[in-house]
Amino acid sequence: MNRITKKLREDGKLLSIYFTAGYPELEDTVPIIKALERNGVDMIEIGLPFSDPLADGPTIQESSTAALRKGMSTELLFEQLEGIRDSVKIPLIIMGYFNPVLQYGVEAFCSRCADIGIDGLILPDLPLDVYQEEYEAIFKKYGLQNMFLITPQTSDERIQQIDEASEGFIYMVSSASTTGAQTGFGTEQQQYFERIARMQLEHPQIVGFGISNAETFEQATRKAKGAIIGSAFIKFLTKEGKEHIDQFIKSIKIPV
Amino acid sequence: MSYNVNEKGYYGQFGGAFIPEMLYPNTDELRRQYIEIMEAADFQQEFRQLLRDYVGRPTPLYFAERLSETFKTKIYLKREDLCHTGAHKVNNTIGQILLAKRLGKNRIIAETGAGQHGVATATVCALMGIECVVYMGEVDIARQAPNVARMKMLGATVKPATSGSRTLKDATNEAIRDWINNPVDTHYIIGSVVGPHPYPDMVARFQSVISEEVQQQLLEKEGTPNPDYVVACVGGGSNAAGLYYHYLDNPEVGIIAVEAAGKGIHTGESAATSALGKVGIIHGSKTLLMQTPDGQITEPYSISAGLDYPGVGPMHANLYASGRGEFISITDKEAMEAGLLVSKLEGIIPAIETSHAFAIFDHRSFKPDDIVVFNLSGRGDKDLQTYIDYFKL
Repeated sequence: MNRITKKLREDGKLLSIYFTAGYPELEDTVPIIKALERNGVDMIEIGLPFSDPLADGPTIQESSTAALRKGMSTELLFEQLEGIRDSVKIPLIIMGYFNPVLQYGVEAFCSRCADIGIDGLILPDLPLDVYQEEYEAIFKKYGLQNMFLITPQTSDERIQQIDEASEGFIYMVSSASTTGAQTGFGTEQQQYFERIARMQLEHPQIVGFGISNAETFEQATRKAKGAIIGSAFIKFLTKEGKEHIDQFIKSIKIPV
Repeated sequence: MSYNVNEKGYYGQFGGAFIPEMLYPNTDELRRQYIEIMEAADFQQEFRQLLRDYVGRPTPLYFAERLSETFKTKIYLKREDLCHTGAHKVNNTIGQILLAKRLGKNRIIAETGAGQHGVATATVCALMGIECVVYMGEVDIARQAPNVARMKMLGATVKPATSGSRTLKDATNEAIRDWINNPVDTHYIIGSVVGPHPYPDMVARFQSVISEEVQQQLLEKEGTPNPDYVVACVGGGSNAAGLYYHYLDNPEVGIIAVEAAGKGIHTGESAATSALGKVGIIHGSKTLLMQTPDGQITEPYSISAGLDYPGVGPMHANLYASGRGEFISITDKEAMEAGLLVSKLEGIIPAIETSHAFAIFDHRSFKPDDIVVFNLSGRGDKDLQTYIDYFKL
């Protein structure tokens, strides 16, 4: 069974962390993954940096630019991740934009992910219809789950469609925003969380965008299965450094 | 086979809507409604009236006698430089502002490189009394001060794009991010035939008034609606799309697209997307774009701020890949000299973008009785400082 599916069946709320590969330093990718797992994080999204990240706010843009400037590339990320499964057991997802994947070759990319032990991909600018027509078969061949996004503006009809096409979890974008733009959840978000919960979707939802501390994590996971922290973690890395990851994780969720 | 868009938003293998889900409701709303809105009689009436009374259309199709003598062929100039605001860009912004009103939007955002599209957007927002925010790269703000001032006079807010290379592609990223953050009340007026479907088609349709007029005007002057060639410069490709539009599927009319080679195609400082680009995704569209082998989008270079876009509209990518269009790359030097030549021979100072098109005569010849229509897409006022510096005037 795919590690993501297995993890989603566990009791309790899941904390997933996004970070940009190759940031703050080029060789930090694997040490950060290991530190996150050691500190009780349930799932990791490894950000494949892109020059033009449309859906991201300044924090992830800047970390991506910095990583690229230091020499991060698709090939280098795969090299860094070789052997990661000797020690790391939690689900690993690569999150990035579609163009670098397209240039690497979608099948070659998927094949490499499978060899390394990557469990899924999140490619926000690969649309549902194109995925289904052109790439779903390849993803399935290599056992990779593809996670789709929904937002407060996504219609119920489309959410059903996405639920049907999904494996793993549905990435529930908390608000109409780029990453790192929100500071808390208001009634509008709470209503959205409740609306989605009422839909009784087949696939669990993990909330992303706007989660930065214990309070927003708790709010986001009242109805949803888990939440993803990205920008706030990257800000922490920039300020405090990777040696203190334990402090950040403890401030969000006490390890089980 | 048609060279126009298909019902799924593709030109051959190019186009589509490669957008994050956050943009889906907005683009889907547009996709479902744009043709119906644009084809409605009251829309057409308002659009046509504004093009006539406000923009100054139809623009003349002018037989350039001295240029024709010099290059021994029949050269016509479609005078888009005479449009209000000085370029063809306003055809599209007039159309999109009317469309935005019908969609019930009360806030407009736009991206701009040299500032021409920003000015054209700020202009129509002033005309309609709608809030306008224009994203412009920090680098471009510094080098295009007069256009920044014009936008401000017109009541627009100019927001600097400070990410990446701080030029047009980054201004476009920022505008898209703004749209993600303001999905309900805001319409994004893209300035070229780029971006996710339906933008390339929508912008091409608004600009198609150019070839529609050329057909009528040429019929009066030459007894045929069809020139032998239509020639236009291509950055994103909106003026070209407008000139080609009614001729796309007419094999009697040759299509010539002129790209900016910058300092030379192989110098690393170029914007010749067809020559240097590979198929990829930029700003929600699958098209040819300049990128590293790793799929990172690279920064193009051209002396003309309107041509230094790392991608090209999907219509043009398909014209290139299919061989329907003939693509020629022109260096800064060739373009500047052609601009000076047109100024001296015809008394028209073209925008540097447009000057690229006039430099093709060193690269190909025409028969004496060929009718060659150039899109004189913009006037050179905005480029005077560049001309002054280049020629030490």
